[in-house]
Amino acid sequence: MKTVIPFEIFLYILLITTSIVMYRIIKGPTTFDRIVGVNAVGTKTILFIVMISYVLGRPNFLDIALLYAILNFLGSIVISIYIERGGVAE
Amino acid sequence: MIEIIKSVIVVIFLIVGSLFLITGSLGIVRFPDTYSRMHASGKCDTLGISLILVGLIIYQGLDFVTVKLILILLFVFFTGPVAVNSIIRASFKSGNKMWTVKGWVQWSKERIE
Repeated sequence: MKTVIPFEIFLYILLITTSIVMYRIIKGPTTFDRIVGVNAVGTKTILFIVMISYVLGRPNFLDIALLYAILNFLGSIVISIYIERGGVAE
Repeated sequence: MIEIIKSVIVVIFLIVGSLFLITGSLGIVRFPDTYSRMHASGKCDTLGISLILVGLIIYQGLDFVTVKLILILLFVFFTGPVAVNSIIRASFKSGNKMWTVKGWVQWSKERIE
């Protein structure tokens, strides 16, 4: 018998932090500010999927969260290498 | 009684992690420079997601779901700073300027006064 914790509150907190970071993505002066903002939004999206799996009571969503973590990491690495070298493969 | 103490610990972990996430978001918006924004993003986001996932692991107990949570925790804990470090290297190489007290300076190998 587990005690019930209202996880919906943390969903709203994650939405608020994501909308704060969205300001920097839209209005960032350079490209790197936008990349940092997208990386932060991806990090919050992982937590959002984990929280949704606890709200709905379906632990299958954790696989999607793990996949999204891998995709977020690869996206940041590939975009930064592309900007640094002017191309992914030399 | 033990359940109540455990849920109190879980809620404390979740609230501290959410505070770190809010601090990182405010740092991304409020800092003057790209590098300091990356500093806020790299530290606060990694610590916040780690604390929230540790709280969920304590809430779940020993289970098969815990293994997935531990995998997500380890992956994010090791690859979040690596991604931010890669973005910082790209920003250095392409000549992004840096904010100091005396003004905007270009990064170089010599020491910045």
